Amino acid sequence: MRPQNQSRRNFIKGIIASGAVVSTGGLMFVSGCSETTTTPAPGSVERLISLNINGTIRRVDVLPNETLAQTLRNKLGLTGTKIGCDRGECGACSVLIDGVPNNSCSMLSHRVTGKNITTIEGIASPAGELHPVQRAMIEELAPQCGFCTPGQVISSVALLNNNPNPSREEARQALAGNLCRCGAYDHYLNAVLRAAEEIA
Amino acid sequence: MSTKDMMPNFDLFQPSDMGNAIDLLDQYGADAWPLAGGQDSLDWFKDRIKRPVAVIDLAGIPGMTGINETANGIEIGALTTLTEIAQSLLIRDNYGVLAEAASRVASPQIRNIGTIGGNICQDVRCWYYRSGVDCYRAGGNTCYADTPEGLNREHCLFEADRCVAVSPSDTAPALVALDATMLIQNSDGIREVAAEDFFIGPDVDIERVTVLEPGDILTSIRIPSTWAGANYYFEKVADRATWDFALVNIASVLRMQGNTITDLRVVCGGVQCTPRRLNGVEDIVRGSNRDAETIELASSAAARGATVLNYNGFKIPLMENLVKRAIRDS
Repeated sequence: MRPQNQSRRNFIKGIIASGAVVSTGGLMFVSGCSETTTTPAPGSVERLISLNINGTIRRVDVLPNETLAQTLRNKLGLTGTKIGCDRGECGACSVLIDGVPNNSCSMLSHRVTGKNITTIEGIASPAGELHPVQRAMIEELAPQCGFCTPGQVISSVALLNNNPNPSREEARQALAGNLCRCGAYDHYLNAVLRAAEEIA
Repeated sequence: MSTKDMMPNFDLFQPSDMGNAIDLLDQYGADAWPLAGGQDSLDWFKDRIKRPVAVIDLAGIPGMTGINETANGIEIGALTTLTEIAQSLLIRDNYGVLAEAASRVASPQIRNIGTIGGNICQDVRCWYYRSGVDCYRAGGNTCYADTPEGLNREHCLFEADRCVAVSPSDTAPALVALDATMLIQNSDGIREVAAEDFFIGPDVDIERVTVLEPGDILTSIRIPSTWAGANYYFEKVADRATWDFALVNIASVLRMQGNTITDLRVVCGGVQCTPRRLNGVEDIVRGSNRDAETIELASSAAARGATVLNYNGFKIPLMENLVKRAIRDS
Protein backbone atom coordinates (compact mmCIF):
# COMPACT_ATOMS: atom_id res chain seq x y z
CA MET A 1 0.00 0.00 0.00
CA ARG A 2 1.25 3.46 -0.72
CA PRO A 3 1.28 6.09 1.99
CA GLN A 4 -1.65 8.45 2.11
CA ASN A 5 -1.47 11.96 0.67
CA GLN A 6 1.08 11.00 -1.93
CA SER A 7 0.36 11.07 -5.64
CA ARG A 8 0.81 7.89 -7.62
CA ARG A 9 3.42 9.58 -9.78
CA ASN A 10 5.54 10.72 -6.82
CA PHE A 11 5.18 7.33 -5.21
CA ILE A 12 6.56 5.58 -8.29
CA LYS A 13 9.32 8.14 -8.66
CA GLY A 14 10.22 7.65 -4.99
CA ILE A 15 10.53 3.92 -5.47
CA ILE A 16 12.80 4.42 -8.44
CA ALA A 17 14.96 7.03 -6.70
CA SER A 18 15.24 4.90 -3.55
CA GLY A 19 17.58 2.53 -5.32
CA ALA A 20 15.36 -0.50 -5.06
CA VAL A 21 15.18 -0.58 -8.83
CA VAL A 22 18.36 1.33 -9.61
CA SER A 23 20.56 -1.71 -9.53
CA THR A 24 20.75 -3.56 -12.79
CA GLY A 25 19.64 -6.77 -11.12
CA GLY A 26 16.23 -5.32 -10.49
CA LEU A 27 15.79 -4.26 -14.09
CA MET A 28 16.90 -7.58 -15.46
CA PHE A 29 14.47 -9.32 -13.16
CA VAL A 30 11.70 -7.26 -14.68
CA SER A 31 12.80 -8.20 -18.16
CA GLY A 32 13.04 -11.88 -17.38
CA CYS A 33 16.56 -12.26 -18.79
CA SER A 34 18.85 -14.62 -16.97
CA GLU A 35 22.12 -13.95 -18.73
CA THR A 36 23.39 -11.16 -16.47
CA THR A 37 26.08 -13.29 -14.94
CA THR A 38 28.13 -13.50 -18.14
CA THR A 39 31.30 -11.48 -17.81
CA PRO A 40 31.81 -8.74 -20.38
CA ALA A 41 34.45 -9.33 -23.02
CA PRO A 42 37.77 -7.55 -22.46
CA GLY A 43 37.86 -4.19 -24.20
CA SER A 44 34.09 -3.78 -24.22
CA VAL A 45 32.45 -0.78 -22.58
CA GLU A 46 32.42 0.06 -18.85
CA ARG A 47 29.06 -0.15 -17.19
CA LEU A 48 29.49 2.84 -14.88
CA ILE A 49 29.17 5.94 -17.04
CA SER A 50 28.47 9.67 -16.60
CA LEU A 51 25.64 11.33 -18.46
CA ASN A 52 25.13 15.08 -18.65
CA ILE A 53 21.38 15.41 -18.26
CA ASN A 54 19.64 18.77 -17.99
CA GLY A 55 22.94 20.37 -16.95
CA THR A 56 23.69 17.87 -14.19
CA ILE A 57 26.28 15.09 -14.37
CA ARG A 58 24.64 11.83 -13.33
CA ARG A 59 26.69 8.68 -12.63
CA VAL A 60 24.71 5.62 -13.58
CA ASP A 61 25.18 1.89 -14.03
CA VAL A 62 24.18 1.14 -17.61
CA LEU A 63 24.11 -2.16 -19.49
CA PRO A 64 25.65 -2.25 -22.97
CA ASN A 65 22.27 -3.20 -24.44
CA GLU A 66 20.32 -0.47 -22.69
CA THR A 67 18.61 2.40 -24.49
CA LEU A 68 18.68 5.99 -23.29
CA ALA A 69 14.90 5.89 -22.77
CA GLN A 70 15.31 2.95 -20.38
CA THR A 71 18.15 4.64 -18.50
CA LEU A 72 16.21 7.88 -18.13
CA ARG A 73 13.00 6.27 -16.97
CA ASN A 74 14.14 3.22 -15.02
CA LYS A 75 17.47 4.32 -13.57
CA LEU A 76 17.23 8.08 -13.23
CA GLY A 77 13.54 8.55 -12.46
CA LEU A 78 13.06 10.95 -15.37
CA THR A 79 9.70 9.50 -16.34
CA GLY A 80 8.57 12.53 -18.35
CA THR A 81 10.15 10.86 -21.38
CA LYS A 82 7.55 8.39 -22.65
CA ILE A 83 8.15 5.11 -24.43
CA GLY A 84 5.43 4.70 -27.05
CA CYS A 85 6.42 2.23 -29.74
CA ASP A 86 10.04 1.58 -28.65
CA ARG A 87 10.88 1.36 -32.38
CA GLY A 88 11.62 4.96 -33.37
CA GLU A 89 8.24 5.31 -35.07
CA CYS A 90 6.24 7.58 -32.76
CA GLY A 91 8.62 10.19 -31.30
CA ALA A 92 7.11 10.09 -27.79
CA CYS A 93 10.58 9.40 -26.36
CA SER A 94 12.22 12.41 -28.07
CA VAL A 95 15.01 14.15 -26.16
CA LEU A 96 17.50 16.80 -27.23
CA ILE A 97 21.06 15.57 -27.70
CA ASP A 98 23.36 18.57 -28.14
CA GLY A 99 20.22 20.51 -29.08
CA VAL A 100 19.05 18.06 -31.75
CA PRO A 101 15.89 15.95 -31.30
CA ASN A 102 16.51 12.21 -31.25
CA ASN A 103 14.42 9.18 -30.33
CA SER A 104 15.85 8.04 -26.99
CA CYS A 105 14.37 4.56 -27.49
CA SER A 106 16.65 4.06 -30.50
CA MET A 107 19.84 5.29 -28.87
CA LEU A 108 22.20 3.19 -26.76
CA SER A 109 22.97 5.05 -23.55
CA HIS A 110 26.68 4.50 -24.15
CA ARG A 111 26.40 6.55 -27.36
CA VAL A 112 25.60 9.77 -25.49
CA THR A 113 28.37 10.01 -22.91
CA GLY A 114 29.94 13.45 -23.22
CA LYS A 115 26.86 14.94 -24.88
CA ASN A 116 24.37 17.42 -23.45
CA ILE A 117 21.05 15.68 -22.99
CA THR A 118 17.91 17.71 -22.39
CA THR A 119 14.76 15.84 -21.41
CA ILE A 120 11.28 17.27 -20.97
CA GLU A 121 12.17 17.83 -17.30
CA GLY A 122 14.86 20.29 -18.40
CA ILE A 123 12.64 22.41 -20.65
CA ALA A 124 10.91 24.45 -17.92
CA SER A 125 13.10 26.86 -15.93
CA PRO A 126 14.67 25.49 -12.72
CA ALA A 127 12.18 27.60 -10.78
CA GLY A 128 9.39 25.70 -12.49
CA GLU A 129 8.28 28.39 -14.93
CA LEU A 130 6.98 26.74 -18.07
CA HIS A 131 8.67 27.26 -21.43
CA PRO A 132 6.66 29.45 -23.86
CA VAL A 133 6.06 26.33 -25.97
CA GLN A 134 4.53 24.54 -22.99
CA ARG A 135 2.35 27.53 -22.11
CA ALA A 136 1.19 27.83 -25.72
CA MET A 137 0.30 24.13 -25.86
CA ILE A 138 -1.86 24.50 -22.77
CA GLU A 139 -3.53 27.59 -24.25
CA GLU A 140 -4.24 25.81 -27.51
CA LEU A 141 -5.55 22.65 -25.78
CA ALA A 142 -2.92 20.67 -27.66
CA PRO A 143 -2.51 17.78 -25.19
CA GLN A 144 -5.54 15.52 -25.34
CA CYS A 145 -4.43 12.29 -23.67
CA GLY A 146 -1.01 13.92 -23.25
CA PHE A 147 1.16 10.90 -23.97
CA CYS A 148 2.85 12.37 -27.05
CA THR A 149 3.15 15.85 -25.52
CA PRO A 150 6.69 15.58 -24.08
CA GLY A 151 7.96 14.59 -27.52
CA GLN A 152 5.97 17.35 -29.23
CA VAL A 153 7.45 19.90 -26.80
CA ILE A 154 10.99 18.67 -27.48
CA SER A 155 10.57 18.88 -31.28
CA SER A 156 8.94 22.31 -31.02
CA VAL A 157 11.63 23.73 -28.75
CA ALA A 158 14.35 22.45 -31.09
CA LEU A 159 12.58 24.04 -34.06
CA LEU A 160 12.19 27.43 -32.38
CA ASN A 161 15.83 27.42 -31.22
CA ASN A 162 16.95 27.08 -34.84
CA ASN A 163 14.15 29.00 -36.54
CA PRO A 164 12.38 31.47 -34.23
CA ASN A 165 9.84 32.41 -36.87
CA PRO A 166 8.74 29.22 -38.67
CA SER A 167 5.94 28.97 -41.20
CA ARG A 168 3.14 26.53 -40.51
CA GLU A 169 4.60 24.19 -43.13
CA GLU A 170 8.06 24.34 -41.51
CA ALA A 171 6.47 23.55 -38.15
CA ARG A 172 4.61 20.66 -39.75
CA GLN A 173 7.88 19.26 -41.12
CA ALA A 174 9.67 19.69 -37.78
CA LEU A 175 6.91 17.86 -35.89
CA ALA A 176 6.47 15.17 -38.56
CA GLY A 177 8.29 12.59 -36.42
CA ASN A 178 5.85 12.90 -33.52
CA LEU A 179 2.75 10.77 -33.78
CA CYS A 180 -0.41 11.96 -31.98
CA ARG A 181 -3.03 9.24 -31.79
CA CYS A 182 -5.65 11.73 -30.55
CA GLY A 183 -5.11 13.59 -33.81
CA ALA A 184 -4.50 17.01 -32.23
CA TYR A 185 -1.89 17.92 -34.84
CA ASP A 186 -3.47 21.26 -35.72
CA HIS A 187 -3.55 22.23 -32.06
CA TYR A 188 0.17 21.50 -31.76
CA LEU A 189 0.89 23.56 -34.88
CA ASN A 190 -1.21 26.43 -33.52
CA ALA A 191 0.79 26.22 -30.31
CA VAL A 192 4.16 26.34 -32.09
CA LEU A 193 3.13 29.47 -33.99
CA ARG A 194 1.70 31.05 -30.84
CA ALA A 195 4.92 30.31 -28.93
CA ALA A 196 6.97 31.79 -31.79
CA GLU A 197 4.98 35.02 -31.53
CA GLU A 198 5.44 35.08 -27.79
CA ILE A 199 9.20 34.56 -27.96
CA ALA A 200 9.64 37.20 -30.68
CA MET B 1 5.08 -8.37 -31.64
CA SER B 2 6.40 -5.23 -30.06
CA THR B 3 8.25 -5.73 -26.79
CA LYS B 4 9.46 -2.99 -24.50
CA ASP B 5 11.85 -4.92 -22.30
CA MET B 6 15.60 -5.18 -22.62
CA MET B 7 17.31 -6.20 -25.79
CA PRO B 8 19.13 -9.54 -25.50
CA ASN B 9 22.66 -9.21 -24.14
CA PHE B 10 25.61 -8.34 -26.32
CA ASP B 11 29.06 -6.94 -25.73
CA LEU B 12 29.41 -3.36 -26.89
CA PHE B 13 32.71 -2.09 -28.24
CA GLN B 14 33.45 1.56 -28.97
CA PRO B 15 36.75 1.51 -30.87
CA SER B 16 38.46 4.86 -31.36
CA ASP B 17 40.30 3.96 -34.55
CA MET B 18 39.66 2.02 -37.74
CA GLY B 19 42.34 -0.62 -37.12
CA ASN B 20 40.83 -1.58 -33.80
CA ALA B 21 37.34 -1.79 -35.33
CA ILE B 22 38.53 -4.06 -38.13
CA ASP B 23 40.38 -6.30 -35.66
CA LEU B 24 37.16 -6.68 -33.68
CA LEU B 25 35.14 -7.45 -36.79
CA ASP B 26 37.67 -10.12 -37.79
CA GLN B 27 37.78 -11.55 -34.28
CA TYR B 28 34.01 -12.04 -34.07
CA GLY B 29 33.32 -12.74 -37.75
CA ALA B 30 29.65 -13.40 -38.43
CA ASP B 31 28.83 -12.77 -34.73
CA ALA B 32 29.87 -9.11 -35.04
CA TRP B 33 27.45 -6.33 -35.90
CA PRO B 34 28.87 -2.95 -36.96
CA LEU B 35 26.63 -0.16 -35.65
CA ALA B 36 26.25 3.17 -37.46
CA GLY B 37 23.20 5.25 -36.50
CA GLY B 38 21.48 2.23 -34.99
CA GLN B 39 17.99 3.20 -36.18
CA ASP B 40 17.46 -0.13 -37.91
CA SER B 41 19.97 -2.24 -35.96
CA LEU B 42 18.31 -1.80 -32.57
CA ASP B 43 14.94 -2.89 -34.00
CA TRP B 44 16.51 -6.15 -35.17
CA PHE B 45 17.92 -6.74 -31.68
CA LYS B 46 14.70 -5.77 -29.88
CA ASP B 47 12.71 -8.17 -32.05
CA ARG B 48 15.29 -10.89 -31.28
CA ILE B 49 15.64 -11.71 -34.97
CA LYS B 50 19.36 -10.87 -35.12
CA ARG B 51 21.41 -11.89 -32.07
CA PRO B 52 24.96 -10.57 -32.46
CA VAL B 53 27.55 -11.45 -29.79
CA ALA B 54 29.51 -8.22 -30.28
CA VAL B 55 28.16 -4.86 -31.41
CA ILE B 56 30.87 -2.57 -32.72
CA ASP B 57 29.92 1.09 -32.52
CA LEU B 58 31.66 2.89 -35.40
CA ALA B 59 30.73 6.41 -34.22
CA GLY B 60 34.02 6.98 -32.38
CA ILE B 61 36.23 6.36 -35.41
CA PRO B 62 37.64 9.66 -36.68
CA GLY B 63 37.25 10.60 -40.33
CA MET B 64 34.01 8.74 -40.97
CA THR B 65 31.78 11.81 -41.00
CA GLY B 66 31.64 14.94 -43.07
CA ILE B 67 31.30 16.10 -46.65
CA ASN B 68 34.48 17.11 -48.44
CA GLU B 69 35.17 18.55 -51.86
CA THR B 70 37.74 16.54 -53.83
CA ALA B 71 39.54 17.18 -57.13
CA ASN B 72 36.80 15.32 -58.97
CA GLY B 73 33.60 15.71 -57.00
CA ILE B 74 32.84 15.11 -53.34
CA GLU B 75 33.46 12.46 -50.71
CA ILE B 76 30.87 11.78 -47.99
CA GLY B 77 31.84 9.91 -44.83
CA ALA B 78 29.62 6.86 -44.37
CA LEU B 79 28.54 8.04 -40.89
CA THR B 80 27.40 11.47 -42.09
CA THR B 81 23.82 11.93 -40.94
CA LEU B 82 20.97 12.26 -43.41
CA THR B 83 20.13 15.67 -41.92
CA GLU B 84 23.66 16.93 -42.66
CA ILE B 85 23.36 15.70 -46.26
CA ALA B 86 19.90 17.22 -46.73
CA GLN B 87 21.12 20.58 -45.40
CA SER B 88 24.60 20.70 -46.94
CA LEU B 89 24.84 23.63 -49.35
CA LEU B 90 27.56 21.82 -51.29
CA ILE B 91 25.23 18.89 -51.95
CA ARG B 92 22.09 20.96 -52.46
CA ASP B 93 23.78 23.17 -55.03
CA ASN B 94 25.51 20.41 -57.00
CA TYR B 95 23.82 17.09 -56.28
CA GLY B 96 20.30 18.20 -55.43
CA VAL B 97 18.84 14.77 -56.14
CA LEU B 98 20.78 13.34 -53.19
CA ALA B 99 19.84 16.19 -50.83
CA GLU B 100 16.20 15.75 -51.72
CA ALA B 101 16.33 11.98 -51.30
CA ALA B 102 18.00 12.33 -47.88
CA SER B 103 15.36 14.84 -46.77
CA ARG B 104 12.59 12.34 -47.54
CA VAL B 105 13.95 9.49 -45.42
CA ALA B 106 11.89 8.51 -42.35
CA SER B 107 11.30 11.25 -39.76
CA PRO B 108 13.33 14.27 -38.53
CA GLN B 109 14.48 12.39 -35.41
CA ILE B 110 15.72 9.44 -37.46
CA ARG B 111 17.46 11.65 -40.03
CA ASN B 112 19.24 13.43 -37.17
CA ILE B 113 21.11 10.26 -36.21
CA GLY B 114 20.56 7.88 -39.14
CA THR B 115 23.53 7.79 -41.50
CA ILE B 116 23.89 7.63 -45.27
CA GLY B 117 25.92 4.42 -44.89
CA GLY B 118 23.23 2.82 -42.76
CA ASN B 119 20.51 3.96 -45.11
CA ILE B 120 22.05 2.24 -48.12
CA CYS B 121 23.18 -0.90 -46.23
CA GLN B 122 19.87 -1.57 -44.44
CA ASP B 123 18.29 -4.93 -44.98
CA VAL B 124 15.01 -5.43 -46.87
CA ARG B 125 11.74 -4.54 -45.13
CA CYS B 126 9.74 -7.69 -46.02
CA TRP B 127 7.68 -8.26 -42.87
CA TYR B 128 7.74 -12.02 -43.21
CA TYR B 129 11.54 -11.93 -43.17
CA ARG B 130 11.58 -9.32 -40.38
CA SER B 131 9.26 -11.37 -38.19
CA GLY B 132 11.89 -14.09 -38.03
CA VAL B 133 10.34 -16.81 -40.20
CA ASP B 134 12.57 -19.31 -41.97
CA CYS B 135 12.26 -17.79 -45.42
CA TYR B 136 14.86 -18.12 -48.17
CA ARG B 137 16.61 -14.91 -47.09
CA ALA B 138 16.82 -16.21 -43.52
CA GLY B 139 18.39 -19.48 -44.68
CA GLY B 140 15.17 -21.48 -45.12
CA ASN B 141 13.47 -22.81 -48.24
CA THR B 142 10.16 -20.91 -48.54
CA CYS B 143 9.03 -17.46 -49.56
CA TYR B 144 5.98 -16.45 -47.55
CA ALA B 145 5.28 -13.30 -49.55
CA ASP B 146 5.05 -15.00 -52.95
CA THR B 147 2.15 -17.35 -52.16
CA PRO B 148 -1.53 -17.13 -53.10
CA GLU B 149 -2.33 -15.67 -49.68
CA GLY B 150 0.93 -13.75 -49.21
CA LEU B 151 0.63 -10.03 -48.55
CA ASN B 152 2.96 -8.67 -51.20
CA ARG B 153 1.68 -5.19 -51.97
CA GLU B 154 5.14 -3.74 -51.22
CA HIS B 155 7.15 -6.43 -52.97
CA CYS B 156 9.08 -6.54 -56.22
CA LEU B 157 8.29 -6.36 -59.92
CA PHE B 158 11.70 -7.34 -61.28
CA GLU B 159 14.51 -9.86 -60.89
CA ALA B 160 12.83 -11.99 -58.25
CA ASP B 161 14.81 -15.10 -57.42
CA ARG B 162 13.04 -17.05 -54.66
CA CYS B 163 12.97 -13.82 -52.57
CA VAL B 164 10.63 -10.99 -53.70
CA ALA B 165 11.74 -8.25 -51.26
CA VAL B 166 12.71 -4.78 -52.52
CA SER B 167 15.43 -2.22 -51.86
CA PRO B 168 13.92 0.14 -49.25
CA SER B 169 16.43 3.00 -49.45
CA ASP B 170 15.63 6.50 -50.70
CA THR B 171 19.26 7.58 -51.06
CA ALA B 172 20.44 4.45 -52.91
CA PRO B 173 18.66 5.31 -56.21
CA ALA B 174 20.09 8.84 -56.01
CA LEU B 175 23.62 7.49 -55.52
CA VAL B 176 23.25 5.09 -58.45
CA ALA B 177 21.94 7.94 -60.62
CA LEU B 178 24.97 10.06 -59.66
CA ASP B 179 27.45 7.28 -60.57
CA ALA B 180 28.73 7.18 -56.99
CA THR B 181 31.36 4.72 -55.78
CA MET B 182 31.69 3.11 -52.36
CA LEU B 183 34.95 2.82 -50.43
CA ILE B 184 35.10 -0.40 -48.43
CA GLN B 185 37.85 -1.20 -45.93
CA ASN B 186 38.82 -4.51 -44.34
CA SER B 187 41.99 -6.11 -43.03
CA ASP B 188 43.26 -6.61 -46.60
CA GLY B 189 42.98 -2.91 -47.46
CA ILE B 190 40.60 -0.58 -49.24
CA ARG B 191 38.59 -1.30 -52.37
CA GLU B 192 36.31 0.92 -54.42
CA VAL B 193 33.03 -0.43 -55.79
CA ALA B 194 30.63 1.31 -58.17
CA ALA B 195 27.18 1.95 -56.66
CA GLU B 196 25.55 -0.21 -59.33
CA ASP B 197 27.75 -3.17 -58.33
CA PHE B 198 27.50 -2.45 -54.59
CA PHE B 199 23.88 -3.59 -54.37
CA ILE B 200 23.33 -7.28 -55.10
CA GLY B 201 20.17 -9.24 -55.77
CA PRO B 202 19.07 -12.64 -54.44
CA ASP B 203 20.49 -14.32 -57.57
CA VAL B 204 23.99 -13.34 -56.39
CA ASP B 205 23.53 -13.92 -52.65
CA ILE B 206 20.11 -14.28 -51.11
CA GLU B 207 21.28 -13.49 -47.57
CA ARG B 208 22.86 -10.11 -48.33
CA VAL B 209 21.74 -6.93 -50.07
CA THR B 210 25.18 -5.42 -50.63
CA VAL B 211 28.64 -6.75 -51.47
CA LEU B 212 29.71 -6.12 -47.85
CA GLU B 213 30.91 -9.28 -46.13
CA PRO B 214 31.72 -9.90 -42.46
CA GLY B 215 34.83 -7.83 -41.69
CA ASP B 216 34.05 -5.11 -44.23
CA ILE B 217 33.32 -1.49 -43.28
CA LEU B 218 31.80 0.98 -45.72
CA THR B 219 33.94 4.05 -44.96
CA SER B 220 32.87 6.66 -47.47
CA ILE B 221 30.98 7.42 -50.65
CA ARG B 222 32.52 9.26 -53.58
CA ILE B 223 30.38 11.19 -56.02
CA PRO B 224 32.13 12.26 -59.24
CA SER B 225 31.38 15.69 -60.70
CA THR B 226 29.87 14.05 -63.82
CA TRP B 227 26.36 15.12 -62.82
CA ALA B 228 27.20 18.20 -60.74
CA GLY B 229 24.62 20.91 -61.34
CA ALA B 230 22.55 18.71 -63.70
CA ASN B 231 18.74 18.90 -63.84
CA TYR B 232 17.29 16.43 -61.39
CA TYR B 233 14.06 14.91 -60.16
CA PHE B 234 13.31 12.93 -57.02
CA GLU B 235 9.95 11.67 -55.86
CA LYS B 236 8.97 9.18 -53.21
CA VAL B 237 5.49 7.66 -53.15
CA ALA B 238 4.59 6.14 -49.79
CA ASP B 239 1.41 5.48 -47.82
CA ARG B 240 2.38 8.05 -45.19
CA ALA B 241 4.16 11.33 -45.85
CA THR B 242 6.57 10.73 -42.98
CA TRP B 243 8.48 7.75 -41.56
CA ASP B 244 7.15 5.32 -44.16
CA PHE B 245 9.24 3.47 -46.73
CA ALA B 246 8.73 4.09 -50.42
CA LEU B 247 6.26 2.03 -52.43
CA VAL B 248 8.19 3.32 -55.42
CA ASN B 249 10.71 6.15 -55.56
CA ILE B 250 12.54 7.65 -58.50
CA ALA B 251 15.80 9.55 -58.80
CA SER B 252 16.90 11.01 -62.10
CA VAL B 253 19.50 13.43 -63.43
CA LEU B 254 19.63 14.75 -66.96
CA ARG B 255 21.56 17.20 -69.10
CA MET B 256 19.99 19.28 -71.85
CA GLN B 257 21.31 21.16 -74.85
CA GLY B 258 18.61 23.44 -76.13
CA ASN B 259 15.56 21.22 -76.07
CA THR B 260 17.55 18.03 -76.60
CA ILE B 261 18.26 15.66 -73.73
CA THR B 262 21.90 14.76 -74.26
CA ASP B 263 22.29 12.28 -71.40
CA LEU B 264 20.40 11.04 -68.38
CA ARG B 265 20.15 8.50 -65.58
CA VAL B 266 16.83 7.18 -64.26
CA VAL B 267 16.77 4.89 -61.23
CA CYS B 268 13.80 3.45 -59.31
CA GLY B 269 13.75 2.08 -55.77
CA GLY B 270 11.08 -0.17 -54.27
CA VAL B 271 10.62 -2.30 -57.39
CA GLN B 272 13.53 -4.75 -57.20
CA CYS B 273 15.95 -6.03 -54.58
CA THR B 274 18.49 -3.47 -55.80
CA PRO B 275 17.93 0.08 -57.07
CA ARG B 276 16.73 -0.48 -60.66
CA ARG B 277 18.44 1.55 -63.34
CA LEU B 278 15.97 2.05 -66.20
CA ASN B 279 18.34 1.52 -69.11
CA GLY B 280 15.46 1.12 -71.55
CA VAL B 281 14.07 4.53 -70.67
CA GLU B 282 17.52 6.12 -70.87
CA ASP B 283 18.15 4.66 -74.35
CA ILE B 284 14.83 5.96 -75.65
CA VAL B 285 15.25 9.44 -74.24
CA ARG B 286 18.96 10.04 -74.88
CA GLY B 287 19.37 12.34 -77.88
CA SER B 288 15.64 13.07 -78.17
CA ASN B 289 13.80 16.33 -77.76
CA ARG B 290 11.97 16.83 -74.52
CA ASP B 291 8.42 16.68 -75.87
CA ALA B 292 5.18 14.82 -75.30
CA GLU B 293 6.14 12.02 -77.67
CA THR B 294 9.46 11.27 -75.94
CA ILE B 295 7.83 11.40 -72.53
CA GLU B 296 5.09 9.03 -73.65
CA LEU B 297 7.59 6.56 -75.13
CA ALA B 298 9.77 6.70 -72.02
CA SER B 299 6.79 6.11 -69.79
CA SER B 300 5.63 3.09 -71.78
CA ALA B 301 9.09 1.53 -71.42
CA ALA B 302 9.37 2.18 -67.68
CA ALA B 303 7.98 -1.08 -66.36
CA ARG B 304 8.75 -3.30 -69.34
CA GLY B 305 9.56 -6.84 -68.21
CA ALA B 306 7.74 -6.54 -64.89
CA THR B 307 6.27 -9.65 -63.28
CA VAL B 308 3.48 -8.73 -60.91
CA LEU B 309 2.59 -10.56 -57.72
CA ASN B 310 -0.96 -10.75 -56.38
CA TYR B 311 -1.16 -7.30 -54.84
CA ASN B 312 1.55 -5.12 -56.35
CA GLY B 313 0.22 -4.50 -59.86
CA PHE B 314 -0.39 -0.84 -58.95
CA LYS B 315 3.36 -0.31 -59.01
CA ILE B 316 3.40 -0.51 -62.83
CA PRO B 317 1.33 2.64 -63.51
CA LEU B 318 3.12 4.23 -60.56
CA MET B 319 6.50 3.65 -62.22
CA GLU B 320 5.20 4.81 -65.59
CA ASN B 321 3.86 8.06 -64.18
CA LEU B 322 6.97 8.70 -62.10
CA VAL B 323 9.12 8.30 -65.21
CA LYS B 324 6.83 10.69 -67.04
CA ARG B 325 7.28 13.30 -64.33
CA ALA B 326 11.02 12.70 -64.07
CA ILE B 327 11.59 13.36 -67.76
CA ARG B 328 9.11 16.24 -67.93
CA ASP B 329 10.01 18.08 -64.71
CA SER B 330 13.73 17.55 -64.08
